[in-house]
Order: sequence, then structure tokens, then C-alpha cells
Amino acid sequence: MSSQSSKSKSVIHCESVYKIFGENAKKLLSQSNGKVDAVEFKLADCVVGVNDASFDVHEGEILVVMGLSGSGKSTLLRCISRLTDATAGKIFIDGEDLLALSPKQLIELRRNKMGMVFQSFGLLPHKTVIENIAFPLQVKGQTTAESMARAMDMVELVGLNGRDNYFPRQLSGGQQQRVGIARSLAVEPDIWFLDEPFSALDPLIRKEMQDEFLRLQGVLNKTILFVTHDFSEALRLADRIAIMKDGVIEQLDKPANIILHPATEYVRKFTEEVPREKVLTVGSIMEPSVDATQLSELRVPQEAIIQTVAEAILTESKQVAVVDQQGAVVGSIHASKIIKMLFGASATPEGIG
Amino acid sequence: MYYLTRQSKLTQFLILLVVFFALCLAIEPSETNVLWRFPALFAGLPGAINEFAENLMYEWLPVEVYDPELEEYETSALVRELTRGFSRSVLFCIELIREILLGGVKTIVTFTSWDFVGEHDWAVWPALPWTVVSGGAIVLGYALRGAGLALLAGLATSYIAIFGQWEPAMETLSFVLIAAPVSCFLGLVLGTAAYKSTTTEAVLKPLLNVAQTMPHFSYLIPVMVFFGVGDHAGAIATIIFATPPMIRLTLLGLKRVPVEVVEAGAMNGCTNRQMLLKVLIPTARRDILIGSNQVIMQCLAMAVIASFIGAKGLGFNLLLALNQLRIGQALELGICIVLIAVVLDKLSLAWANQQTDYFADESFMRRHRYGVIFLAIFALCLLLSLLGRTIFFNGINYFYLIPHNQGITTEPFWQAGVDWMVENWYHGLQAFNNWLILDVLMPMKAAYLGMPVIATFVLVMGIGFIIGGLRSAVIVGGFLLFIAFTEWWDRALITAYMTSFAVMISAILGVVIGSLCAQNSLASRVILIGCDTLQTFPSFIYLIPVIMLFGVTDTSVLIAVIVYATIPAIRYTVEGLRGVPVTLQDAASMSGVNRLQRWVKIEMPLAFPHIMLGLNQTVVFALFMVIIGAMIGTEDLGQYILKALSDKNGIGNGLVLGLCVAFIGLAVDHLIHTWADQKKALLGT
Repeated sequence: MSSQSSKSKSVIHCESVYKIFGENAKKLLSQSNGKVDAVEFKLADCVVGVNDASFDVHEGEILVVMGLSGSGKSTLLRCISRLTDATAGKIFIDGEDLLALSPKQLIELRRNKMGMVFQSFGLLPHKTVIENIAFPLQVKGQTTAESMARAMDMVELVGLNGRDNYFPRQLSGGQQQRVGIARSLAVEPDIWFLDEPFSALDPLIRKEMQDEFLRLQGVLNKTILFVTHDFSEALRLADRIAIMKDGVIEQLDKPANIILHPATEYVRKFTEEVPREKVLTVGSIMEPSVDATQLSELRVPQEAIIQTVAEAILTESKQVAVVDQQGAVVGSIHASKIIKMLFGASATPEGIG
Repeated sequence: MYYLTRQSKLTQFLILLVVFFALCLAIEPSETNVLWRFPALFAGLPGAINEFAENLMYEWLPVEVYDPELEEYETSALVRELTRGFSRSVLFCIELIREILLGGVKTIVTFTSWDFVGEHDWAVWPALPWTVVSGGAIVLGYALRGAGLALLAGLATSYIAIFGQWEPAMETLSFVLIAAPVSCFLGLVLGTAAYKSTTTEAVLKPLLNVAQTMPHFSYLIPVMVFFGVGDHAGAIATIIFATPPMIRLTLLGLKRVPVEVVEAGAMNGCTNRQMLLKVLIPTARRDILIGSNQVIMQCLAMAVIASFIGAKGLGFNLLLALNQLRIGQALELGICIVLIAVVLDKLSLAWANQQTDYFADESFMRRHRYGVIFLAIFALCLLLSLLGRTIFFNGINYFYLIPHNQGITTEPFWQAGVDWMVENWYHGLQAFNNWLILDVLMPMKAAYLGMPVIATFVLVMGIGFIIGGLRSAVIVGGFLLFIAFTEWWDRALITAYMTSFAVMISAILGVVIGSLCAQNSLASRVILIGCDTLQTFPSFIYLIPVIMLFGVTDTSVLIAVIVYATIPAIRYTVEGLRGVPVTLQDAASMSGVNRLQRWVKIEMPLAFPHIMLGLNQTVVFALFMVIIGAMIGTEDLGQYILKALSDKNGIGNGLVLGLCVAFIGLAVDHLIHTWADQKKALLGT
């Protein structure tokens, strides 16, 4: 599925995870032999939340689960954090069977390995900023002095200096979510769950928080499962995106591949409105073959977003060499390719690449 | 029937009225006519309850108990021994606090014996000088909230001391300080249990409904039977009465905790215990605090009522003063009760809202500054009270304890006022009084009593049917049937007449005053604060000024009921009208409505469900107050409950009568809630 699977270890591993709400869910599921039809289940008063989800999240990777409301994306996240129990399937965290954990072991896991950020923040209204951030540490049994010192570091990390004694109700939405982020990171978790963390925020603040998130991830390098309903947010943040519809993962791939090769009609609709030049990298549309005699003097890096280099490439008549981080030539791109992508793309997406 | 249900509600109601009046005219009053009055099938019920209670107390499960005084074993019933033991421990706690505040020997006696105390003169616990308690309250107020609360605490305690009510006030306080925490704790535990298990909730819910509509008096009789008479019985009755609202609000608060907060707690690795104590309960704090506030209010409201079964303190004195028509004193005592209620309420609120500073680098003295200040005050006041011994020569040490009724009093002033009013306004008041009783109340009462029972059923169940369909009709019919089968149907009608008279006037007053005040945001704020303050007054206080004007008559009771019951009507009207969304107001303005149109077409329909809930409160408040009115002489169910109190076998009568009152309340409650819910559903809120 992804080229990353070979190079780093899988932190979260899901195998045919189902979550079905309703009284007879288990029975119905066992009768269906894994072929779950949402319409059929609906007739039996069961609602399908997650339908046969299998995937891995790798160490240090940001996997964004994208879907509209009711698509089951939050339910999937809750199954993996075990806030709800999956109806069927297997979930492994660092090779450990999550569903086999005793309540005690689960608490230990959450205290040390997991952090979660919520859409409406989930802050404790009776605690100040610093008390909220120190809460998971105190729950673990750290002393007040220790936890407060650590919490103060986190306050600085998320840039809330001077507001540590405010109550959540005295903060703006963006500031409250900074508290939520700081709290989820206080115990230094390996795995970071974010459930639509920026959806409740204004567009400008959202952009700012996304930058902040990328900055933090650059420093911390966590394994991240990020849920959103905003496709452009997913494109901005994700290493890989899983698009969900009616509980089913329609497609799971790198952002560029999703745009270039939408697997289903549903996914294609999302990609239609996306300004490709702002999302795709040069590497994703280059020709892997290089004809050294046809190359111009210009070198463009593989990771560059097309928009940033398009003008330069368009002024060249010859093929332009694409280089990797070490400067080695890995492919080439011609101006006509960029024009085709910009203007011919939406009509025939298959025509590119 | 099918034809009927297709008509508009108004037509249905008109048809119902026609049938009702036709029945009233058609059925002849006679003792033998079943349609006129149902036979008292449940007449044996009180007796059965009495027998059951007696059996439980004196015969069931006999156990051998060692009596240290007679130095031999004797046989006694298990329940009796359990309640005895419980009574003793509650009494001990009350006495302990009381003696810390007022001094005495009973605590020492508990650990030694009367003989020991008699032999040793030093074996007396001295009282804390009132200045120490007052100083402590001020420091506590300052530590928790600041200068404002300190001032309030200081003024309140000084008032109580200077007006010579220190001793009864501390007696009341000692009993509130036991009852209130126990009620809060019980309420929290049961509320949490109901939150955790739906079965518990399903069991508790009907019990809570009945408990909250039973009149205070009904609790007194079973408590008296099982726990005897005295301060402990008063405290137990208070706990039973004050716990239900706490349970209800705890449950409500816990249910309102956002899912994400619970999930955040779980993801932070909370154990079940940590989840409950650190996440759920603190997050639900707002509602739980309202609950504890209600507990404190109930405790002080019960201070008066509990004095019927031997609780000492302000309540007892207030009752005495009312009976002797000493208005001035009753007023001073009433103010004491209100002050204690307000101070305790504010202190508990401030305690729950305090904040810690984790990074303050403070010295030992600074960290413990309030303790140090208190110790200083303690020493100073102790010195002062020792000094007082030499200063005052009339045997009273004003710096130590101001004995009961030895302080200053404004009683002559109030008495003069009452005398003056009687002298100058007597004819006017008396004329009004007579007019009200002869031309309004008597005919209304006669009309209520002249209803054949079957007509009442048709009317009430018909209203139930119109509002909530067959289910509602059956529910209210069931409540009514219970009352009709007891011997007290006529009394219940009298209660209903007084309540409905009061409710009608309260509702009109409330909606009018509320609507007027809601036109202006300043007026709204002022009236809401006013309502808040008035609601902290124990219900008894309302009787004082009206008795001043009208003496002990039905008029007095009714006016007190009306004043008391108007408060929720006003509050809910203002809240409802002010709660109309701004966008709708703007939309209305842009459509060019005038003030009156806005009120009639926009505000009233939208605020209607909320106002209905206010009306529901008005009914419950009015019922309570009507029953309390029995204390100063009305002749409804309340009077009979009061009689049951002094009857040895009163437990059955008391409980059944209490249930009658509760069922009237529940029937009205059901109708109003169903109606309000429908209106809400229509508005889509």
C-alpha cells in the first residue's frame, strides 16, 4: 500500500476492525461472514460505524483519516484509543493486542503511550490552564511540584506563557485547543490521537494552529492519527490520507497519489476542487526517465510544491532536471507537463503522470 | 370519542366543561351516592401502616441487648436497637459541636458519667466566646473570598450576638452543621449511584418525585416514631428532607458533563475512582453546588418545622414568638435564620471555588497567614472575655456570651408599629379581610366542596386527556383515585381550593410583574437578584409580616402563600422572556412590530414552556405554604397532618395525608410538564 511500510516499523496495526452499534450487532456480524451491508444492518436497527478497516500507522508518520460527518472516522479513532470497544477485528499497538488488555493495563498504556486532542477541547472547566496540563501527570501519581514544573514547560511549548492561571472559559478557542494539545503531550506519549482538533476554530486560527501542529511534529516526531472532515487540511498535514465513507476506507494513500489516482468516484469528487499546483510536488508528476542531452541548466528539488517552481520551469524550453536532497538527478519534467496538469487535469485525471 | 379527538383542543375543553357542569348539577349530594363521594376504601390503610411500624419497631427480629445501667440482658427488636444507636450517634455529634460553640458537660458525660461531672467542678467545657466565632467567620470569609464576604460574616455574627440570639443561633447552627454535610454526602453518593446504574435511577426517580412533593410535616411523624424526639430527630428529618434535591441535582450535573471531558479523562489514564472524584464531580460542580445550596436552604427551612419534634434553637423560638404574636421578636429571629443561611451558602460557594497558586514562593508565616491570624484573634478574644469578667458587674460578660434575650431588641418598635396599624388601619384591613373571606373564599370553598367526585374526575382526567392523551388521563386519574379512596377527600378539596386560589393570583402577578421587568435589562437584573434573595428566606419567614397585618386568619395564610409562590412565577417569566433569541427579536423589529405585538406574538409564545415550568414551581411552592399555613390555623389537609403529629398512632395518618398532598402536586406537575414538553417540541427547542 505504501512505500513507507518497508522502511519503518508499524506502531498501530489494524486488522478487519468492525464497529457496529445496536443490540444484535455481534450476532448479525458473525452471520454476515465479514460482508457487511449498511442498508441491511439498518433494517435490523444496527448502525455501521466502521466496516472492515485494515491498515498500519508507522513510526513518526502522520496518518490523516478524512471523511464527512457520519463516515465513521471518529468511531475508528475511538476504537483504536479503545474509548469504545470494536465489535470485531484486531488492533495492535506496538505489537501488543489492544483488545486483550485488562482495564489496568489499558490505563497504564494510556498514561504512558497515548495522548489525545478533542474537537471541543474536553478541558476540565474547574481547573486552570496549568492544572489541566498537569492533570494526566497527577493522575499518574507525580508530585505537585514535579507535575507543575513539567506543565510549565508545556505551557511554553504551546506558547501560552502568562496565561497559566487562566480558566478555560477565559480563553479563546484557539488558546483552549493549545491547552488541549499541551495536555495530550504532557506525558510524552509515543502515539498522538487528534480528533478534529481544529474544526471548531475560525479559518485564520485554524491555519495558524496547523502550522503550529507541523512545527511541533517537526520537533517531537510522534506517530499520529489525525481525524478531520476538511480535505485541504488533510492534504496539508498528512503523510498518508485514509478517506472514509459509510464506515469503509475508500482509499488510503499519499496525498499526491490520491489526487492523481482517485480510487473511487467518491474520492474523485473531493479531488476535483483541489488546486493541484498548490498540493502536488514536482516529484509526483515528473518523468522517471532522464535524457541527459535534452536537459536545461535548471535544477528543481523533488519535494518542491509545483506552484513554487512552475514559473521557472515554464520559462525553460528544454526538460528540467529533478533532484533529490543530495542533489542527484532522479527524473525530469517538461513545461508542457505542468500546463497539462493545470488546465487539462480535471477533465481527464488519468491523463497525467 | 373519535369525533372528539378530531376537534381542536379548545373545543375539546369547552365540551369537557359542559359535561363537568352538567354532572355537577345532575348529581345530588348524599352520603350514600357513590357518584357524589367514593367510599373510603383505604380507610384502613393508616391503621395497617401503624401496625406495620409498631411491629417493625417493637417485635420484628428480637435480639438480646446488654443494658449497662441495669447490668442485665434484655430482649429488644432489632430495628429499635439500630435506630436507637443511630439516634445516639447523631445526637452525640450535634452535642459535640454545640458544646464547642456554647459550652456544656454532655460530651464529657458521654465519656465519663454524670457522677464524675458532679464530683469535679472543673469538668465543664467552656464555650467559645462569641467574639472568637465571629472572628473565625471573618477570617474564613476573607481567606475564601475576600473583604466582602468577611464583612458579611462579621455583620451577621455580630447582629446575632448583639440581638441576644447567640445561644439559639448556635443551637441551630450545630444542627445544620451536622445535617447539611450529611445530606450533601448522601445526595452525592446516591446521585452518583443513579448515574452509574440505570436500575438505581429507575428506582430512585419515583421516590424522589414523591419525596419532593410531600409536605415537610409528613416526614416528622415517621421520624418521631423511629427515632424519638429531640435534636437528633430534627436533624434526621432535615436530612431526609434535604437529600432529594441534592440527589436530583447531582444526577443532572453528572449527566450534563460533556462526553469529551469524560473521554479526555479516560485518555489521560484515570482509574474509575479518579474519573469520579477528579473529572466527573468537579465538572458537574455547578449543578452540585446548586444542590448544596438547596440543602442549606432546606436545613434552615426545616429549623422551624423540626422544632415540632424537639429540635432546639432559633426555629423553636420563632414558633413560640409567632404563637405569642410577638412580631418584633419573630422578625429578629427570622433575620437571624436568613443571615445564617446566606453566610453558610456564600462560604460553601467560596470554598468550592477557591484557587491555588503553585509557583508562589512563600515563607511559612505567609503560607499559614490565615491560621496565624485566627490564632491571634483567638488569643485576643479570650483575653477580652477574661477582661470582660471584671468590667461588667451585672453578671453578664458581654465579651463572652450574651445570654438569650439580653441583647438589644427592636421589639417595642415593631410592637408599636403593629399597635399603630391596628389602631389606624383596623377597619380598612378588617373590611378587606371580611370581604375576602365572605365574598370570595367562602363561596369558592363551597363550590369546590359542592363538586361530586365523579365530576372532579371527569374534569381532571379530561384535562389530562386533552393535554397528554390516554396515558396522562390514566396517570392523573390514578393519583386522584388514591385520594378519593381515603377519608380525606373533602380536606383535599379545601387544600386544592386554597392552592388554586393562590396559584391563580400568583400566576397573574408573576407574569405581569415579570413581563414588565423583562422590558428593561436593568430591571430584569434587579428583579432576579430580588427573587434570589427572597428564595433564601425559609418559608416560615413569610408568615411574619402578614400576621402583623391580618392576624391569624385564612387571609394571612393566603397572602403569605401568594407572596411566596409569586417568586418562581416572576423569575421564570423574566428568564423566559429574556431568553428569547436576539435574532428573533431583530427579525420582529424589522417586521415593524410594536411593543405589545412583540410581547404577544413573539416573546410570550417562545417563553411559554419556560413560564409553564415556573408555574409548576408556583404550584409546588403554594402547596407547601398552604400546608405550613396549617400551623397558624387553616382547616385543610395540613391541619390533619398536624393533628397526626400529636397522635400516638399518627404515623399511618401522617403518611397517607402526606401522600395525598404529594399526589395533588404530582398530578399538576405531570400535566404541566407534559404540556410544556409538547410546546417545546413544537418550537423545536
